[in-house]
Amino acid sequence: MALATTSLLRRGSNLADTSEQLRVLRSSNADDAIPSFAGMLRDRGVGRLTPLEPRVLQINLGKMCNQACKHCHVDAGPDRTEIMSRETLEQCLTFLATSAIPIVDLTGGAPEMNPHFRWFVDEVARLGRTVMVRCNLTIIVANPKYHDLPSFYAERGVHVVSSLPFYEASRTDRQRGSGVFADSIKAMQMLNDVGYGAPDTGLRLDLVYNPVGAILPGPQALLEQDFKRALDKQHGVQFNTLICITNMPISRFLEFLLDRGLYTSYMQTLVSAFNPAAALGVMCRDTISVGWDGMVYDCDFNQMLDLPVACSSTHIASLSIEQLQARAIVVDQHCYGCTAGAGSSCGGQLT
Amino acid sequence: MSSYYNPADLGKFGAIADFQPQLAEKFFAWYGEVFAEGALTQREKSLIALAVAHAVQCPYCIDAYTTDSLQKGASEQMMMEAVHVAAAIRGGASLVHGVMMMNKVNDVSM
Repeated sequence: MALATTSLLRRGSNLADTSEQLRVLRSSNADDAIPSFAGMLRDRGVGRLTPLEPRVLQINLGKMCNQACKHCHVDAGPDRTEIMSRETLEQCLTFLATSAIPIVDLTGGAPEMNPHFRWFVDEVARLGRTVMVRCNLTIIVANPKYHDLPSFYAERGVHVVSSLPFYEASRTDRQRGSGVFADSIKAMQMLNDVGYGAPDTGLRLDLVYNPVGAILPGPQALLEQDFKRALDKQHGVQFNTLICITNMPISRFLEFLLDRGLYTSYMQTLVSAFNPAAALGVMCRDTISVGWDGMVYDCDFNQMLDLPVACSSTHIASLSIEQLQARAIVVDQHCYGCTAGAGSSCGGQLT
Repeated sequence: MSSYYNPADLGKFGAIADFQPQLAEKFFAWYGEVFAEGALTQREKSLIALAVAHAVQCPYCIDAYTTDSLQKGASEQMMMEAVHVAAAIRGGASLVHGVMMMNKVNDVSM
């Protein structure tokens, strides 16, 4: 397996600095037909985004990853060393125990590379919450110490959500690195072997589709049929649901847009596809996102732009659910990514 | 006019209404309905449009329906097969007229 790229940080790119990303995003203006997102919410009758009852606590266990995908919004990769500490993980558990949040969504990087990962999964399960893990699939076959992850997940009923941008190797490998498709299929077979992806085991394996380029994702239901047919016929592997996610104009995908001169046209595509119904369902309303260092954000994307929650305290150790429920959600120009077309979230299409 | 084709003009398609609004309104309403999900899926329609775009060699249409086909989840293979369909029909249309030529040859020959 070869890496598709290296991190912005390692390459010393200007975009490794999130203030530079925000400068690019905020320099979009009405001349380019890219109005302010907050203004768009107001003009289209959505108003300010307010929090609902939190449903998901999404925790970034670290930026370290065995892959380095070209579009990664986390700028993750093997060279990233940021990892959530045991102390911060314990603070997350304390916060979780004071809440009724039913789902804990573990992401990264490759969350499994955090040395406390398995302990943490057990602690969350002990609190009676559903554990969801954003598993990149290839981690399962990357090293013998990860080969038993499928049975570890199955024994705990962990909901596995995995990226597979296309059902063909060429498109997947262009985005995620050569050999990633073949390793992903191997890992899916291992998950299938312990019961994942079958309709009656209760062990969910969902796949994430995101476009390999500057286009919007297609209709989720149609793509799900294509993926199911192709993966079953060609590889004999099964999964439950396909989740479509729009590429956000941040981090390495932003770099791709700027390098190819596609930034303005992509933003215009997102703006012209603005859907008020999708805006009402955006995930920041019922998700709380925690960064590897314990900082709290409205969503994973705000996290990657260093835009913390608008509360007097912004660390998981000192925030209460009540403070969070009273907050105003922080929006910026990248938010057009979640409100375009059928809408987009970590749970897929919104409408 | 410095060039006949400008990619930015694709985004100005709607401006054809400036010179004749009633007909443009009818055209765009009809166009929208043509591409809605029907007995054919939106993706099938997009791939047909992509093939026709190559047959009529319209750069705007190739631009628009390459993007649209990708957005509808078409694979590169599907898209190239659609282009081959267009090319086969174009080539076949020439070749099948070879029968006309042969008929004429037979008519005038001893």
